[in-house]
Amino acid sequence: METNYEELDEDGQLELPAEPMRLNMGPSHPAMHGTIRMVLDLDGETITDVDIQPGYLHRGFEKSCERGTWNQVFPYVDRLNYVSPMLNNVGFSLAVEKLAGLKVPERCTWYRMVLGELARISDHLTCNSASAMELGAFTPFLWCIKTRDFVWDILEQETGARLTHSFGRIGGMAKPPTEHFKEHTLAVLPQVEESIAETEALLLKNRIFLDRMQNVGNLRPERALALGVTGPVLRSTGVDYDVRKANPYMFYKDVDFDIPVGHDGDNFDRFMIRFEEIRQSIRIIRQCVEKMPDSGPVNVDDPRFVYPDKSQVYNTIEATIAHFKMVMEGVKVPAGEVYSYTEGGNGELGFFIVSDGTGTPYRVRVRPPCFLNLQACREMLVGDMIPDIVPTFGSINMIGGECDR
Amino acid sequence: MDFWFILGVILKMAFILGVALLLYAPVFVLFERRQSAYFQDRLGPYMGGVKMPRAVIDNLPMLQMGGYASAAGAGATALLSIVMVFLGHAGEPGLWILPISWGTLLLLSALGAPAQAVGAFVLPHLFYRDRLTLFGGLHAVFDAVKSFTKEDIVPPRADKFLYSIAPIIAMIPAFSLGAVIPFGPDLHLDYLFDTLPTEGVIDGPVAHLQVASLNVGILYIFAIGGTGVISAAIAGYSSDNKFALLGGIRAASQMVSYEVTLGLSLVGCFMLYDTLRLDEMVTWQSENSFLGIFPAWGVFYQPLAFVLFFFASIAEYKRVPFDAPEGESEIVAGYFLEYGTGKWLMWMISEFLEVAISSMLIATIFFGGWDVPGLTRSGWEAFGYHFDLSGTNWEFLSNFANSHLFVTVVSIAAFLGKALLLGILSLQVRWTLPRFRYDQIMQLCWKLFLPLSLLNVFVTGVLILLFS
Repeated sequence: METNYEELDEDGQLELPAEPMRLNMGPSHPAMHGTIRMVLDLDGETITDVDIQPGYLHRGFEKSCERGTWNQVFPYVDRLNYVSPMLNNVGFSLAVEKLAGLKVPERCTWYRMVLGELARISDHLTCNSASAMELGAFTPFLWCIKTRDFVWDILEQETGARLTHSFGRIGGMAKPPTEHFKEHTLAVLPQVEESIAETEALLLKNRIFLDRMQNVGNLRPERALALGVTGPVLRSTGVDYDVRKANPYMFYKDVDFDIPVGHDGDNFDRFMIRFEEIRQSIRIIRQCVEKMPDSGPVNVDDPRFVYPDKSQVYNTIEATIAHFKMVMEGVKVPAGEVYSYTEGGNGELGFFIVSDGTGTPYRVRVRPPCFLNLQACREMLVGDMIPDIVPTFGSINMIGGECDR
Repeated sequence: MDFWFILGVILKMAFILGVALLLYAPVFVLFERRQSAYFQDRLGPYMGGVKMPRAVIDNLPMLQMGGYASAAGAGATALLSIVMVFLGHAGEPGLWILPISWGTLLLLSALGAPAQAVGAFVLPHLFYRDRLTLFGGLHAVFDAVKSFTKEDIVPPRADKFLYSIAPIIAMIPAFSLGAVIPFGPDLHLDYLFDTLPTEGVIDGPVAHLQVASLNVGILYIFAIGGTGVISAAIAGYSSDNKFALLGGIRAASQMVSYEVTLGLSLVGCFMLYDTLRLDEMVTWQSENSFLGIFPAWGVFYQPLAFVLFFFASIAEYKRVPFDAPEGESEIVAGYFLEYGTGKWLMWMISEFLEVAISSMLIATIFFGGWDVPGLTRSGWEAFGYHFDLSGTNWEFLSNFANSHLFVTVVSIAAFLGKALLLGILSLQVRWTLPRFRYDQIMQLCWKLFLPLSLLNVFVTGVLILLFS
């Protein structure tokens, strides 16, 4: 309906007819991480409505998984949340093992937990420092990224790759821990702690930073729960839901750690929760390293799922055939369906997998935490101003690979 | 309006613009870009340079050795000269054969030896591979040349006239503000090599080291500086881009708001100096003293005004943390989003020139301009003791140090150094502070800066009434 602006004018003042400006932001826009389009309705600088359109990084992940063998899925899951690929690797391994009824050796579980928490540290360091950088504070970004490189050095030493590890396997890991894994890991942790402390010292007493973060992008807990938000975004609203506590997988019930929760559900809470989670991850890693045995098998002793040793493959006919069958046809996962969920960098990372008993997944469906967190973005943004998009969107930590798949 | 007057004005304009364009702008650009490169462990803008002949590059170590040898020779000459002067031969021909005296030789070699040693030390750093880069300082020049030779793209639906004229308007305040800034004491052309008397009027031709000594002085700066807002506003309006429009609106409101603080924070200084003319402000600061020992710089009398003026001027030239009009992470580049090539370069030059000019202005009003503590018109003087060695062997030394030309050169260098430090300080803020939100900038201005500047005026008035 056309509004007659002259009739709206009750006080006899001259009102100029004004209609909201529609502004298309992204997908190629510095704040949109290159993969999101936001169509904003603006009243001045205030956002009256926003239409968030993901999908620009859609690569057909789920369909691709149905084309290869079970083990060939691992390179794909690396590219879901590419800031913490190890968590995805572990998550998918756990899902398939749940379907196959495998129980990996104790050493492998501790190893997975350490690598996963290292990945979580790198995820949170990236998100928080990038948030600060997008607000204009460049220095914390350099500090945190430098520390993240140290974390990646360990991951590289263990897996051979800095970003896309493809290190998980069904029933174990690709390789056992290297000789100096424990001491190198323990040596990096103080550096992480130091860089967090430095960053906090620089930012948390800065009035500009506090004004930009506090009371911006608020989310209420009931709306967060209604929208399926998980992870640090949910915990910032005060709901203490963490898969590691709520449904302890691996050995998370045997280690001692806390779940930091926020109060207001604003950007500042999300920022603080990520740093606190890094501290908790460091606690977990220290306990895991202590409890992890120095020797013992890493893979389950089950020739149906685990590749035979290379010396066997080259020297015995049985192992050669087993290896050939496993590579060409894939491991035979029993028919059935399973939903397995872990705590990823951004929240509950779920894998719903269906097997028809062949060597190829029938269906791999991912519950991406980013995608559901992004749903809440509209409610966080409406009523705020354009510059608030930057910290709010940044603190959701939308990762295109995971969100769009 | 005789020939010499016009020539003098042209020379002074050339000096102040040359300093701003050829010294400050490249140094600021270099400081900012190289610094970010150092942070990130990359080489940074370093490659641009003039290709040098193979012979020069290959013989750099020889040149460096030659430099050190020459410095050593100069040092030896200086030591010999000291001995000879000590023995009372200051007036005799240096080295027994040169046309200059031992005293002059001592001055030349004592200044020359460290200069040559430093020169020889930095010589290899002036080159990158086979190019002369001057620490990367020439990169800015090459960037400028590159910008002007690129294809000029105007958005098809932009208002072509306004779009093209906006960067030109932006250059106007940057270029014309330097006119009223005094960069040195009066130069008495007849007595360049003499020591001037401390008091009294000096006859003969005088060169005021200020392009235009306007009696409205600082008001001219506000008037011309205020036009800067026009360029940003019409650039945002004419670019046919909503991000640019938002940036233009932000720039317009921010600059208009902070001009109020900019002006009001200086009212206390007007009351203190009792003048609007910038040259008289500097004279006041150089002639008085604060608590007897400190120089009477404005920053000691008006610290609050200095802080307000410093931050308001950062807001005026829209740098971090007041760079919401550019807001690179939300509105991409703000009002000059659609500009490329030479037009973009004009925005950048005007921005860096504004940094340079406002640093000069702050140096003039709050840091005594060309005033150097202990340096008066008649030479070096501290605690009532005048540096004067006449009657001894070392007479030539005090004659040189107190000569009018040397005093003037030191004053000008002090002024330029102060402004350079202030400019670098305002650039340095960039790496630490996050960006304000647009409405927070406004709140800061109207709810904090403006009341504080009014309070400053009030307190200054009360104190002046009490003590005068």
